[in-house]
Amino acid sequence: MGLIDKGTLRSGPLKPLGDLLNYSRKYSLWMFQWGLACCAIEMGAALASPRYDVMRLGVIPFPASPRQADLMVISGTVTDKMAPSIRRLYEQMPDPKYVISMGSCANCGGPYWDSYSVTKGVDQIIPVDVYVPGCPPRPEAFIEGITLLQQRIMDEDPAARNRGDHWEPIVVGR
Amino acid sequence: MTTTDLPPPGDLPEVQIDPAIYRHLADAQVNVELDTGDMILSLGPQHPATHGTLRLVVRLDGERVIAADPIIGYMHRGYEKLTEYRTYPQITTLINRIDWLSSFANEVPFVHAAEQLMGIEAPPRAVYIRTVLTELSRIATFLLFLGEMGLQVGAITPAFYGFRDREYVLNLIEAVTGGRFHPNFNRIGGLKDDFPWGFTAECRQVMRRVFESCDTFEDLVLGNPIFEQRTRSIGIIPPDLGAAYGVSGSNLRASGVDWDLRRDAKPYLAYNELDWKVWTHPDGDSFARYWVRLQETRESARMVLQLLDGMPSGPIMAKVPRIIKVPAGEVWVNTENPLGEMGYYVISKGATGPFRVKIRSASFSNVSILPWLLKGVYVPDIVTILAGLYFILGDIDR
Amino acid sequence: MAADAPPEAETEAAVAPDAAEAEPVAEPRTTLLPGAAALLEKLLARLGDAVIESAACYGDAVVRVKPEAWLQAARIAHDELGCDYLSFIAGIDWMPTPTVAGAEEGSGDTSAPVQPRETTYGVAGSAGRFQVFARVDSTNAGAGLTLKTDITTDTMRVDSWCSVYPGADWHEREAWEMYGFAFTGHPALRHLYLPAEFEGHPLRKDFPLLAREVKPWPGLVDVEPMPGEEPGDDEAAVEA
Repeated sequence: MGLIDKGTLRSGPLKPLGDLLNYSRKYSLWMFQWGLACCAIEMGAALASPRYDVMRLGVIPFPASPRQADLMVISGTVTDKMAPSIRRLYEQMPDPKYVISMGSCANCGGPYWDSYSVTKGVDQIIPVDVYVPGCPPRPEAFIEGITLLQQRIMDEDPAARNRGDHWEPIVVGR
Repeated sequence: MTTTDLPPPGDLPEVQIDPAIYRHLADAQVNVELDTGDMILSLGPQHPATHGTLRLVVRLDGERVIAADPIIGYMHRGYEKLTEYRTYPQITTLINRIDWLSSFANEVPFVHAAEQLMGIEAPPRAVYIRTVLTELSRIATFLLFLGEMGLQVGAITPAFYGFRDREYVLNLIEAVTGGRFHPNFNRIGGLKDDFPWGFTAECRQVMRRVFESCDTFEDLVLGNPIFEQRTRSIGIIPPDLGAAYGVSGSNLRASGVDWDLRRDAKPYLAYNELDWKVWTHPDGDSFARYWVRLQETRESARMVLQLLDGMPSGPIMAKVPRIIKVPAGEVWVNTENPLGEMGYYVISKGATGPFRVKIRSASFSNVSILPWLLKGVYVPDIVTILAGLYFILGDIDR
Repeated sequence: MAADAPPEAETEAAVAPDAAEAEPVAEPRTTLLPGAAALLEKLLARLGDAVIESAACYGDAVVRVKPEAWLQAARIAHDELGCDYLSFIAGIDWMPTPTVAGAEEGSGDTSAPVQPRETTYGVAGSAGRFQVFARVDSTNAGAGLTLKTDITTDTMRVDSWCSVYPGADWHEREAWEMYGFAFTGHPALRHLYLPAEFEGHPLRKDFPLLAREVKPWPGLVDVEPMPGEEPGDDEAAVEA
C-alpha cells in the first residue's frame, strides 16, 4: 500500500488510522502450525488447553496453509532434512510475517548441539523475531513471547519492515 | 450427404428395436475401460494429521491407495552417535526426548541397564516411585491419545477434554519432578528426590478424575456411531504379521496377542507385586486399538492406587560413587513403554560413558508396517490408521 | 566372553555394605533365564557348528553365528523356536571411540567420557571391526535370543532377513545407512533417516562429530570448581 510505504500512517493526521491498523493486526495473528517436536506439545497445550488458552489473545492456530498465515512458530528441533521445507514455507507466507523460535533446539541447536543432522538454530535459515528459551518452555513463556511480539507490532512501522530495516529480536526472559 | 437428402420427417423406416438387448449399454463401465492415471499425493512433512514431521507419499488410484511409502528422518537427531560422546547422567537428560510425551518412561530402561551393569539395585521405595511416575506418564500419554484420535476422525471436542485432563496428571508429575515433561528425574541408583508432602492425597483425587474422564471418552467417542463407522474394520493388523514387523504395545494387543512386557519380560520395577490385568481385543482394527488403550488407562490408574497403598518407606537412592563408571559388559533391557516396546542395548567398556547404545524404539517398528497396511485403503482412512497406530516422530527417528 | 572387569572392586566398595556380605549368588551376568536357556539349547542343537560362540548375559542368551548361517539362524528362530517377534537389527563398530580434544584422562574435564584405546570385543566376541546383531523374541514364551554375526571389511555384506521377518526391511536400511553394510536380498537399500545428499556413514567410529572438534562443551562456560575439587582430583572423589 502506498500509504504505508510513504510513512503517512505513522505520523501526522493519519496516525490514528495507522494505530488502528497495527491494533487489528496484532489481535488477529494467524499462526501457521509448525509443531516439530516436544515443544509442539507445549505449544499445543498453550493453544488447545483451556488453561493456557492463547486464542483469547487473538492467535488463531487454524490455517494449515502458509498463504493465509502471518505468524510462524518453529517449535522443536530443526534437522538438515527439514530445513528446505521450512525455508520454502516461510517464503510462501505473505508479508508482514513474524517468526517465533520456541525452545532451545530452534534457538541454537539445544541438547543436540553436536549432532550431525541437526541445524544449530533456525535463525540460520530464516530471520527470527522472538526467541523463547526453554526445554520445553512452559506455555506461559510462550504466551509471554506472543504478548511481547504483540507489543512490538503495536508500535511498529510496517514500512520499515518492508524496507528490511534491521530490528533486534526479542528474547523472552531477558 | 446434405440436409436436402434426408427423408422428410414422418417418412422414417420402421425399425424394430428390442430394448432388452441394448439395456447394458446404459452401464458405461462394461464396454469402456475407464483409464485413470495414478496420482501421487505427498502428505507432509508439515501436515496437521501426520503427528509431526512424517512424510507419507502415497500413490492413489482415485481414492484408493495403491502403494504407500513413509519417508521418515525429518526429526533424526543422531541419538546413537550422541550417546557415544556423553556420560551416563548426560545421556539420561537426552533420552527423555525420544518419546517426548511419556518422557519419564524413556529413562527407566536405560537407568536400569546401567544399574544392572554396575550391580546395584535401587531401594524399594525408589522402585515404587519410579513405577508410579511411569504409570502417570502412561496415563498422560493415553489421555492425549484418546482426545486426539477423536480429533483426527473429525471431532474437536475430545481433543480439548484430552488436553484438559492431561493437565491434571502433568501437574502431579511437575509436583514431584519439577518439570511437566522431560523430568530427568532418574538417577543411576535411584531417584533425585522423594514425593512432596501431600502428594498421595492429590494423586488419589486425580486418579478419580482419570476414571471419570475415561467414562466420558467411552460415552463420547466409543459410543459414537460415526466413530465406529470410521474405525471398525479399518487397518486390521493380523497378529503374526504384526509381530514379524515388530509392532508392539497396545497395537499388538489390539490384534489379540497377549503379550505385555511388564508381565512377560525380565521383571523390572514393581509390576510383579501388583494385581493387574492385560487387556486384549480380537479384532485388530483401529477401533480395537482405541478400546485397548482406554482400558489400559483405567488399569494404570488402578495400578497407581495400589502402588500408593503399598508404598514402602526408606531411602530413595542407593550408594553410588560421585563419578559413575560402569564396568565393562553388555546388557539388553526392554520395557513396556506407552507406545510399545522400548529397549536399550548398552555396551560398556568401563568408562564414564557407554561405548555403544542401541536404542530400540517402538514407533519405528509400528510405522514400518504402514506400506503393507495402507494398501487398498481410502484416503480418509489413512488419517484414521495413522491416528490409531499412535506414533511419536522422535520415537521413530531418534 | 564375559570378562571380569578391573573396576569390579571399586563398585563393590561403593555399593551398600550388606551386599558385600551377601551369600554368593550366581553372578547375574552369567545366569540364564529358563526360557532363554530352552531356546539356546534348541538353537545350538539345530545349528551345530555354525555357532562360533554363545554366552549368557544378564538372563539373555547371546549367540554368535557364522555369516553364512545368518539367514538360516533367522529361519530356525522364526519357524522352529517360535520367535515370531523381531525386536531390532543393528550394527556395532568395535573400533575405539576417538577422544574429544580437551577431555582426556586427567584433564579435569569430565564432560565427555574417555573410552579405552585398546580394541576389546564384547560378549560372544568378534572376528573383526564390524558386527551385525539382532534380537528376536517369542510372544508366547516370553523369552528371546540375541544373535550376532561378523562382517568382514572387504565385503561388508551379509544376508538380509527380509524373507523371514518383513520388519527387517527398515532395520537393514538403517544399518546400511549408519554403517555401510550391504544386505543381500534386500528389496531397496536406500536412505531412511538422512537426506539423499548425505555423505558418509555416521555411526562408524571414524566419522567425526565435527561440532565436538570445533566447539567446547557449552556447559563448561561458567562452571567454577566446587570447594575441594581441583583438576585431577577425580580418583580421590570416588571414595565420597
